[in-house]
Amino acid sequence: MSHAFYIGLSYGLTGLIVIALIGWVVLDGRARNRELKELEASGIRRRASAKPKTGETA
Amino acid sequence: MNDTSLAKFSDLANPTRFLALASRLLPWMSVITALLIAVGLYLSFTTDGDYQQGNTVRIMYVHVPAAWLAMMCYTVMAASAIGTLVWRHPLADVSHKAAAPLGAAFTLIALITGSLWGKPMWGTWWVWDARLTSVFILFLMYLGLIAFNKAMDDPSRAARVSAVLILVGFVNIPIIKFSVEWWNTLHQPASVIRMDGPAIDPEFLWPLLIMAFGFSMLFFTLHIAAMRNEILRRRIAAQRRLAARMANREA
Repeated sequence: MSHAFYIGLSYGLTGLIVIALIGWVVLDGRARNRELKELEASGIRRRASAKPKTGETA
Repeated sequence: MNDTSLAKFSDLANPTRFLALASRLLPWMSVITALLIAVGLYLSFTTDGDYQQGNTVRIMYVHVPAAWLAMMCYTVMAASAIGTLVWRHPLADVSHKAAAPLGAAFTLIALITGSLWGKPMWGTWWVWDARLTSVFILFLMYLGLIAFNKAMDDPSRAARVSAVLILVGFVNIPIIKFSVEWWNTLHQPASVIRMDGPAIDPEFLWPLLIMAFGFSMLFFTLHIAAMRNEILRRRIAAQRRLAARMANREA
């Protein structure tokens, strides 16, 4: 096998892993935001977000 | 640290403030990461090849930053583990839990690209020498921590136990770093981070440093985004518990 094969495969697999990682983080973030909005739409809210803005907690 | 700066620091460590800060920082960090990696990739393929290795030296521009990140990610996790055990801060728990999959991915990149570089240069895909074996152990440690966090139902208990495991496992980081000096390995000794300065030609050093900054920015961007996701996941779980309690009370 030529050196170009090893170089191409190194960059290709690195790109694939990085894209998978970015995809996982982005899709997970979207899914969690959607889930949170659905919960809030059904009337289930955090106690902290129901109160006025003073003394924010997680 | 006086009271005001301590208060400012604890404000930043508040998960709600963290989410607001993350949403402001992430777009900028993503742009900087993309620019650094684009410039790094351009230099990686336009600079000269090595007189001995030829074009195969280009594998170094992804292998070495990934290997540095594999160790840096574990160091970030160890610092977060101290935050969990000493200050019992929920953001520290979130930090080391969110970093583990990122560390596993960078370690996997280092192992795969190292193997693909080793075959044409050493004539073998793999040897059980000290550097390669200790990095493989690091990969297994990341997988173990991910599996452990997934298996535990109580996130704060999981965080305390995994913080202890992370700190015990931190002994592997200096072993990885100094393995090439302490033992006779097929892997070459350090050529960039050395007491007497880099032993690498500037022709190779610049693309390597830019790719390393690009990979580091990628790690911090993904880490902040993954922390944000984990905070949201915990809020969802808390809201579901609240909903279940309310349903029980009504029943």
